[in-house]
Parts: sequence; structure tokens; C-alpha cells
Amino acid sequence: MSSIQDIQNEIIEEFEILGDDKESTIYYIMELGSQLPKFPEEERVDENIIKGCQSKVWLTTRGDGDRIQYLADSNTDITKGLISLLIRVLSGRTPQEILKADLDFIDKIGMGNIIGSQRSNGLSAMIKQMKLYALAYQAKQNV
Amino acid sequence: MPLNIEEIRTMFPVLHQEVNGKPLIYFDNAATTQKPQSVLDALTAYYEHDNSNIHRGAHTLADRATRYYEETRDGVKNFINANESAEVIFTKGTTESINLVASSFGRKFITKGDEIIISTLEHHSNIVPWQMLCEEKEAILKIIPINDKGEILLEEFENLLSDKTKFVSIVHVSNALGTINPVKEIIKKAHQVGAKVLLDGAQSTNHLDIDVQDLDCDFLAFSAHKLYGPTGLGILYGKRSLLEIMPPYQGGGEMIKEVTFAKTTYNEIPFKFEAGTPNIADVIAFQKALDFISFIGKSNIKKHEDELLDHANETFGQIKGFVPVGTASEKVSVVSFNINGMHPFDVGVMLDANGIAVRTGHHCTQPLMQRLGLEGTVRASFSVYNTKSEIDQMAVSLAKIAKIKNK
Repeated sequence: MSSIQDIQNEIIEEFEILGDDKESTIYYIMELGSQLPKFPEEERVDENIIKGCQSKVWLTTRGDGDRIQYLADSNTDITKGLISLLIRVLSGRTPQEILKADLDFIDKIGMGNIIGSQRSNGLSAMIKQMKLYALAYQAKQNV
Repeated sequence: MPLNIEEIRTMFPVLHQEVNGKPLIYFDNAATTQKPQSVLDALTAYYEHDNSNIHRGAHTLADRATRYYEETRDGVKNFINANESAEVIFTKGTTESINLVASSFGRKFITKGDEIIISTLEHHSNIVPWQMLCEEKEAILKIIPINDKGEILLEEFENLLSDKTKFVSIVHVSNALGTINPVKEIIKKAHQVGAKVLLDGAQSTNHLDIDVQDLDCDFLAFSAHKLYGPTGLGILYGKRSLLEIMPPYQGGGEMIKEVTFAKTTYNEIPFKFEAGTPNIADVIAFQKALDFISFIGKSNIKKHEDELLDHANETFGQIKGFVPVGTASEKVSVVSFNINGMHPFDVGVMLDANGIAVRTGHHCTQPLMQRLGLEGTVRASFSVYNTKSEIDQMAVSLAKIAKIKNK
């Protein structure tokens, strides 16, 4: 399996091909979002919501041996696309890998410019929640 | 004679730029309007030539700054046709103006069991101060309902009125939908039961002629920055008879007559309500914004904006998946809408990619959105410097965006 850094580099290259054309970039992100696996309806509950400024995100996990699978959804297509990138990088990893991951692709693909600085907070909240899950899994493993 | 919009546009430097590789189309005027060069120049000129603290200064600069500052007060008095300049108080915005009334008038005159009426159309800044007051005083907040077009139900308002009604605080023009409320009638009916009325004029003062004496409102709150003026400056108009019996809002310099450790006596209005060094530069520059409006003419502005509104309704209305929100028969130049199957945020980001600035979300009117059963809308709001051609360009972008989910 490629490392977290390999996947991040892959994403950075994909976005480099799109260049400065913001419109194409957004369409691409939305397309990625539409390919996310369907979110389990029974998990679409308030406890799984991460509130951003305008969009809602639902996030949950499945344990898979010593690895974590993330499942997520959003009510906006752009946010859903951004989540799909995070899932691509972090899902299926061990808690240790997730916790020490430095997600530099976010800055490198210019996510702030795409979604605006006001909404970047929502993304940070999302990453924080993913790492919190990893921390919880790690704690369980150490028991 | 129709306005020369191209000439007007040359007065607004910010309009002449590219955003995401496209010429900027600024349709977020209900959030804030752009500022003409004359306002920008006045800000610089003040700091370059006149900067000084106003009132009480013995020197020439202080005298000059004071004179300019007070000239704007006279300008605002004329703009809203107040009876006298002392009825014009400078605040930091509409929100502070409303809070001032809720806090000063409300705390003194509202008591347990009293009723305050607002409407479903209110901005959070005309909801929360009254909720806070009601909580403190054990007063009751009543809400005027609306119909599906986004219009206040006047009969329902009359049913809410009683001798318990002490205050009505109502938005003149809805920021989210653009609905113009029949405020003159509302004020008259409220007065019949002895209630005082505050008008939230944040979205009306830039579109409609405002005559506070004709409207007979007791208070009017609005912001300079939605009127081509600087941010951080608001106005509270209040009738002298009320302002005089209201306690000060904040304590400090400027608002006192005499201070001893035993007792402080307060200054006359308007100074009683302007504690501390005020926003001198922005007040002075605001006069240039008022000059701009009177130079163009409010009725000319309104006529142009109405034409833009009609044009937008017509062109956007042809787009498959376009769903207008708020279709009141009396409206200012605001088009609130959704695209079938799409979140307003996604639509807004995609419009921005085309250089088009709109607002998306709940527009600080969450109870209104709940009433309409919506999470939010996309809002395009037009000003005097906007053109039909800009609307056509937005229609092209919007049609492309809408097509994603409305094939």
C-alpha cells in the first residue's frame, strides 16, 4: 500500500494538471465527491455531525483489524469532494499513521483559495475529528 | 434621463478588477455596498489634514474636525428628514443602534408581562437583543407570521396587538428576501395601542425615500456601509421626547455634563449616547456618501435598481431548476433563490469561480429559513452601479451550474 505521503503527492499532481482554473477544479472536486461510497443511513444522526459554517458533515468509522475505515457524507457537493480527498489519504491506515500524518496536500493544492478561508475552519474541524477517532482506536488497542 | 451607469462605475475603483480570471461582478450589495472615490478621498484627507479629537478642543484642527463631524449629523438629519440634528446618534452599526434601544429604553420601560412584537422576517440583530431583554424582564416576545411569498400578515399583526404591547421592532426591508414591509401602517396601528416602534432600516435606507416624520417611527436604525459609506458606522434616529427620558447606554467621556465621585450628570442628546471618542473619520467621510446619493438622486437609483430586479427575475426565471425564494409584490432589488438539487454554498462557490460575488446561507435569518423550510438561499442583490449585462452574464453562469443537477 502506498504511504500517506505518496497519496498526498498523487493528489497534488492531479491538482497541478488542473492549474489555476478554479471552475474546473471545483467540478473535479464535486466529481470526486460523487464517487464516495454511500453513507449508512442509520449513522446519519446528530452525534456524527461536524458543523461547519454552511455545510454539514457526517463522519463515522469502522474498525478493520488494526486499521480505521472512515465513512463520511456532506449536504454540499464541494465539501463532499474535499472529504473524499481526506478519506483517500487517511482511510485504511493504522491509528499511529493517522495521528502522525502531516496533511500538507491541503495547502499545496490551494484548498484555502478554493473553499475560502472562512470555510477552511470546517475542514480543520473535520481533520481534528478524524484524528480524535484515531486516538480513541489507539487507546482501545493499548488496553 | 436614464442614468449613465458607465460613468457611475468609474467612481467606484473596486469594481475594476478581475476575480478568478473574470471581470468582477459584484452582486453582494445587501451585505455591503462599494464606496465611491469621494468617500475614500475624504477618509484620507481627514487623516492627512484634519485629524484631531472632536468637541472640547481649543485648537483649529479640533474645531475643524468637530465642524465636519457635526455637518454629517446635519446631513443625516436631512437624509431621513428628522426634526432636528440632535435626534441623530452615531453608533457603530445597525446592530448597536438596536441594542442601544433594547438596552436603554427597554431596561427602563419594559416590565414583567409586557409584550414586544417582531416579525418572522427579522435579521438576528433584531431578534436577539429583544430576546435578551425579554429574558431579563420576564417580558414576552411575539412574532408576526408571514405568507409563503415572504409578506407579513397584517391581520395577524393586529391580532397580536393589545394594551400589553409596549414595543414593536420591525424590519423595513427584509435582508434575505427583499420584501418591503407596510411599515407606515404597522407604526400607526402600534401607536394606537400606545406601543413604541423601532424600524430596522439597514436594507431600506439605500433603496427607499425615508422620512421619519412622515413614517412617525419612534426609532430608526441603519448602517453607513450599506449606503456607499464606510464600515463601522451606524445611525440611530430617535424622537427627542424619547431620547431625553432614556438613560445613557454606555458611560465614559463625551456623554457627561459633570463628574464628581458622588454623582455624574449627563450631557444633552445626542452626546449622552456617544460615550468615548467616536468614529470621527468615518462619520466625516459618510457625508460624501450622502452627497453621492443626492447627486444621483434616490428616485433615479430606485428606478434603475427596479429595472435590474425585473430583468433578473425574467432572465433567471428561464433557467431550468431556478427556484425563487420570496416573491412579495413589493420588493427592493434582491433576488433570493435556490437551484433544484443543489446546496446554496455550492452554487455560490461556482459563481465565485466565474467572478460573481453573491451571498449564500441563512443570511442571519435562521427563523425565517426555518419558516420557509430551507437551509439557506443564494442571494444576488443589485446596486446603482450594476448593469443588465452583468445580470446576463450571471444568467449564463447560473444556467451552466444548474444544468449539473437539472438536465
